[in-house]
Amino acid sequence: MAVTTEQLAEEMYQMVKETMGKKNLKAGDLTKAMIAKYGEGEINKDDCKHAIRILMDSGRCVYSYFGGSFITLPHKEGSAPE
Amino acid sequence: MADEKVQTKLLDELEKGPWPSFVKEIKKARKVSPVCDDLLGQLELSYEEKVGHWKHGGIVGVMGYGGGVIGRYSDLPEKFPNVAHFHTMRINQPSGWFYTSNALRTLCDIWDRHGSGLTNMHGSTGDIVFLGTKTDELEPCFKELTEAGFDLGGSGSCMRTPSACVGKARCEWACYDTMKMCNDITHQYQDELHRPPFPYKFKFKFSGCPNDCVASIARADLSVIGTWKDDIQQNDAEVAAYAAKGLDVQDDVCGRCPTKCMKWDGKKLTINNRECVRCMHCINAMPKALAPGKERGATLLIGAKAPIVQGALLSSVLVPFVPADELMDTIKELISRVWDFWDEYGKNRERVGELIQRVGMGNFLDAIGLDPVPEMITAPRDNPYIYFKDEA
Repeated sequence: MAVTTEQLAEEMYQMVKETMGKKNLKAGDLTKAMIAKYGEGEINKDDCKHAIRILMDSGRCVYSYFGGSFITLPHKEGSAPE
Repeated sequence: MADEKVQTKLLDELEKGPWPSFVKEIKKARKVSPVCDDLLGQLELSYEEKVGHWKHGGIVGVMGYGGGVIGRYSDLPEKFPNVAHFHTMRINQPSGWFYTSNALRTLCDIWDRHGSGLTNMHGSTGDIVFLGTKTDELEPCFKELTEAGFDLGGSGSCMRTPSACVGKARCEWACYDTMKMCNDITHQYQDELHRPPFPYKFKFKFSGCPNDCVASIARADLSVIGTWKDDIQQNDAEVAAYAAKGLDVQDDVCGRCPTKCMKWDGKKLTINNRECVRCMHCINAMPKALAPGKERGATLLIGAKAPIVQGALLSSVLVPFVPADELMDTIKELISRVWDFWDEYGKNRERVGELIQRVGMGNFLDAIGLDPVPEMITAPRDNPYIYFKDEA
């Protein structure tokens, strides 16, 4: 594939960063956005899965739960006591 | 709460009676766990006010994981500081819930070091549930658990920890090896278990026979229920022995058969196996005389759920019979198509059963490439969502 997994991870990170506080994104949203951008011939779901794993393992993004699981930037939990 | 003995007038009522009491157990744990007084204090307050004081949600995993930890915070942290954080950890249970006593001691020791020491064996998901720890203790606890050979289970929009009945380990009616299947599926879908990829939760449950001891038909998005294709195995001498010992074969066995496929003439039991719907009643009633057939496998069903966002659903037949040795390959093939469709069309917090209701079973079957078959319905014309085309 022309686009590397690391590049996909970076683009996903930018998407999460830009929408933080406005819209919560799920793994499926990021995957669909990347496939829409590069086309199914270029990347597939497994590439996106690996890119998300890179994001998570690096700690740049975390999974959060707001009624369902979303991918967000690391943040202090609103529910957590000071 | 600083007081050693918190007043629990309402909770004390739950200590009465012959059954084990969670209040009694939490009180016993007071001596070793500082959280117990605050936990009881907050619960007593909830009973008095009829209001829950837990806040739910937030960051829900250890590094790299998106499941296995359910965030819980007290909304009265000043009053109950020891339960200001009270997160639940779900630990992936072994198939069939078999442990050595040493494994149980290891788990409990880890939890005594890193959490409240209170556990739930097992949660309704099937996992080992560790109740109550602080955010700072999540990673150290996870590290010790993995070093001991355990892993976190699923939560949130993950594939949830698969669970299975004891199957062939302890039950002669198991029509396939539920424990192996549960173990294999758990390993196969580690990524889906730990890194939530779906619109909402997805559960696999494996029952070895139609008795369905893990209640998969009511709870699992994909229920795998053991069944057989040939005739019920019958031992006439044992049937006669049951009758001789006082079992009313006519009323208590034949009379309760849902399809009335059995006849008892006082000496001989005759079964019309074509009409048998595998309800297991006769086999349960006369376990020494009757047994599932020899051609064994499983039925795959889809779409059950408990009532959360929408009402409860029982699962519907998807594949009536898969031979035991083809089960794993069939499930893998089928589930990839189901997940693709759900990924594409599922709304946030929509279970796969709800999606099927929304789009219609006919469209769903079309999308995953399965043809409708008569076993998907209970009787002709009773199903509103499958239309057979008029060929004429």
